[in-house]
Amino acid sequence: MMNLIDEGGKRLDGRSFDQLRPFSMQAGLLKSASGSAYIEQGGNKILVGVYGPRDSRSRYGTNQDKAVLRCRYHMLPFSTEERKSPQPSRREIEISKVIRDALEPALLLEEFPRSVIDIYIEVLQSDGGSRGASITAASIALADAGIPMKDLVSAVAVGKVNGHLVLDLSDTEDKEGEVDLPIAVMLNSGLITLMQMDGKLSEDEFRQAIDLAMAGAKELREAQRKALVQKYFKEVDS
Amino acid sequence: MEDDKAGRYVLPGDFLGSGEYKSWANAIKIGDKFYATRVGVLEMGEDRIRVIPMSGPYIPKLGDVVIGKVIEVMPVAWTLDINSFFNAFLPAQHAFRSFDPERDELSNKFKLGDLILASIAKVERGRDSMLSLDGEGLGKIEEGEVFRISQVKVPRLIGKKGSMVQKIEELTGAQIFVGQNGIIVAKGPPESITKVKRAIEIVETMAHMSGLTDKMGDLLR
Repeated sequence: MMNLIDEGGKRLDGRSFDQLRPFSMQAGLLKSASGSAYIEQGGNKILVGVYGPRDSRSRYGTNQDKAVLRCRYHMLPFSTEERKSPQPSRREIEISKVIRDALEPALLLEEFPRSVIDIYIEVLQSDGGSRGASITAASIALADAGIPMKDLVSAVAVGKVNGHLVLDLSDTEDKEGEVDLPIAVMLNSGLITLMQMDGKLSEDEFRQAIDLAMAGAKELREAQRKALVQKYFKEVDS
Repeated sequence: MEDDKAGRYVLPGDFLGSGEYKSWANAIKIGDKFYATRVGVLEMGEDRIRVIPMSGPYIPKLGDVVIGKVIEVMPVAWTLDINSFFNAFLPAQHAFRSFDPERDELSNKFKLGDLILASIAKVERGRDSMLSLDGEGLGKIEEGEVFRISQVKVPRLIGKKGSMVQKIEELTGAQIFVGQNGIIVAKGPPESITKVKRAIEIVETMAHMSGLTDKMGDLLR
């Protein structure tokens, strides 16, 4: 097993176990999209554009009672170390689906029957935990688009490396570690909208992992709020 | 931002207050607590609570005057794109004196791509809304330059009793049509149009500024 934690109890990138990677978020940077957001988290650089609610132009795939949410997670060819084919891979199709499912519970889609809302997620540079970062950013973009939502969704991964529970896995920790547990949560209600797990955890460890994720999500949520405040209220105050 | 004060800025998921409110808008009730669902400004009344949104799509409201683009000519009605998540119908009766489908050809009146100033006559959940041309000045807009503005800023562009739009018309010499749906058409010589474009940008970026109508003259110079 690769040694991912040094004698001083620090991780490869010098972080402590419960520390997030450096992150920054920005809201509303695309002019033609209804809402947009950009996030950097560790090595992740992700741009999200939301279009809609809009007329679907065809009956197919619409719902008479509510808006249909569509999501595309896509990695650009230059986002990885080796060129990635721009075709959607099996992994991207799966991630698109789980992101959609993680965001849908937060949205009040009943307000726009028969319409569609599209979320386009472009990964410009990828690192570990890109699905979490995508959800965090997409949530900002949806709020920016004015889609009514119960709460912002914040997402982060918890993992186990060399027997220690750690927050916000980097790519190496994700690949070499024992467990990867991405979680998305609506913090007001504590509802978890995404949970996937690779590897094994004891019940005790699992509880601790959830607590760790909640603390991380809280920190991310503050940043999500700041990004929106920056766009909407900064100029008001100045 | 935890104070109960009205007028504060709120984001989706923010706690607004708890209690017996009879009506609420852009907010959600969980138990007896209210949370915001949109980015906006909080407004609280005796028994109502609402968030005035700062972004979002245009939602058709009865009586709104909108500018739509003809995207389909059907046998007895036109379909218009009104910059919303639904299209809208304009029945042919509104354009012809006594409409006879056998005699009257709809495309003689409004063609594909025409811009039409119309009012919303009927809104139904889950259906395309219905338009009407009953009202002063409603009908086809013959010429002009099209602009867009976020629909939440339209009230600012119109101003109190139309004061802002009148002021801009005065300052630029252009004739301006404003739809509640965020579509604007300006008619006039090219230099007027350039000024109108500037004016719209000013409203878009400085909508929050008080006394903007009076400052517009200086800002446009």
